[in-house]
Amino acid sequence: MIRTEGLSKRFGGLVAVEGLDLDVGEGDLFGFLGPNGSGKTTTVRMLLGLVFATSGRIEVLGRPMPRAAREVLPQVGSLVEGPAFYPHLSGRANLALFDAALARVGLDRVGRRPVRAWSSGMRQRLGLAAALLRAPRLLVLDEPTNGLDPHGTREVRDLLAELAAGGTTVFLSSHLLAEVELVCTRAAIVDRGRLVAQDRVAALLGPTGRVLVTTPDVGAAADLAAALPGVRLGERGPDRLAVHLDGTAPEALNRRLVDGGVRVRELVVERPSLEDVFLRLTGRDGRVPG
Amino acid sequence: MFLVELRKLVGRPRTWVTIGLLAGLPTLVAVLLRVTGVGPRPGQGPAFLAQVLNNGALFPAAALALVLPVFLPVAVAVLAGDTVAGEASAGTLRYLLVRPVGRTRLLVAKLAVTVVFVFLAVLVVAGVAFAVGAWLFGVKPLPSVSGQTIAAQDATWRTAVTVAYVAWSMLGVAAVALFASTVTDSPLAAALGALAALVTSQVLDLLDAAAAIKPYLPTHYWLAFVDLFRTPVLWHGVSRGFAIQAVYIAVFLGAAWANFATKDIKS
Repeated sequence: MIRTEGLSKRFGGLVAVEGLDLDVGEGDLFGFLGPNGSGKTTTVRMLLGLVFATSGRIEVLGRPMPRAAREVLPQVGSLVEGPAFYPHLSGRANLALFDAALARVGLDRVGRRPVRAWSSGMRQRLGLAAALLRAPRLLVLDEPTNGLDPHGTREVRDLLAELAAGGTTVFLSSHLLAEVELVCTRAAIVDRGRLVAQDRVAALLGPTGRVLVTTPDVGAAADLAAALPGVRLGERGPDRLAVHLDGTAPEALNRRLVDGGVRVRELVVERPSLEDVFLRLTGRDGRVPG
Repeated sequence: MFLVELRKLVGRPRTWVTIGLLAGLPTLVAVLLRVTGVGPRPGQGPAFLAQVLNNGALFPAAALALVLPVFLPVAVAVLAGDTVAGEASAGTLRYLLVRPVGRTRLLVAKLAVTVVFVFLAVLVVAGVAFAVGAWLFGVKPLPSVSGQTIAAQDATWRTAVTVAYVAWSMLGVAAVALFASTVTDSPLAAALGALAALVTSQVLDLLDAAAAIKPYLPTHYWLAFVDLFRTPVLWHGVSRGFAIQAVYIAVFLGAAWANFATKDIKS
């Protein structure tokens, strides 16, 4: 649905995006992650033909952008850097300004209050409504849960899952890792304009190769584990032990411990949170996971 | 797209407030003239005002001469300066473009509503002035600036050409403001840019040292429509004015299009 090759954008001397190769398949719920200022919004704007690439190619829905904007964009719903409306008009009038038919499809409940009197959460919903109006095949959303309360965030998340289940491809740009981790099937991580990872979320969150053992017999457990081939010991707490397995299966460690009389209360194969992956890949790892 | 823009123009209270104020100024002047009976001495003050006391039929032309130097161009510059920059600063420009509305099409629609506004404003000013002039001063056959009288239907076409000429001059302002509006994301800066160009032109027009460039200044022939009320009509200034405005309009609309069609929309 979206494919970019060597996509780059310079603003004067500033490199905003460099050599970005994105690949979003049909039906993906694709998370586009990056710290603030990493080029996410510039990329979204290039996908939509608002900003022109310095070099590289963009294909959206199989057509080149921005050349085929006229055919592509009607099938794309978008929310870019927050919603925007004519503040003196009501929400209904804002939507009906273009889609005259809309006046008939029950938007009356939106009311006649001008948008300037709306809360930011309500505006965000109206923005989403505007993006969904034409039942797009591809939805490009830039920080769609900004300004929403937890309830609204949940609603949006459910809505996105529902849309994806119905076959809509969603491209979700966000710096909210939890959001992407919860809803997305695939994700790309960008940092300073460069792609640092792109994979299924499950693969990005693959095991770290560490196992966390909780047991009252930490000393005995450490001795037994260290005797296994390739195993290194990690941090140790009063009842916790981190073990780096290299080639040894976690279940083999468990059998060894149990056979050795260690009372294993808990044995967990560590999986990083997306936040850990993100911080590690963007080189801003402030702490050791676990 | 034009209809959408037209709906936005008509739906905005400020459009009507601006036009109301534009028509209000000549009305206020007319009332003061009528109440005090003190007109400017012939040959002094704004064009035609001296004659208006005797004949209301000249008041539409007088009213246009009153609003032309400052009030009307400011209104046009503010409105045209807001067209693209206003959408940019409100954030609605990006949503317009991804609908998608082609950039050229959007610019043409913006230009078209600006034209509508300009003609509407000029016609309302002329119409209100005609009604006010007829009511306060009465309508007689026009004495021309040159002394002879002008017949009624003759006065009508002269006034019509005046309206067209003033509107055309204002389109020159609109073209500059529209260009400025594609350069900046601030509607205020766009209007200010256009006004700065006008003020510069008006100042240079008063300067003898600038004599060589005076005939090419955009504001130089603005008041040439006074010549339409001479017998015989002196076409020189008016036709020069039309031609010069046409060049300014073409150049600045071309620049606006070239800039907007290739611009990164970051608002």
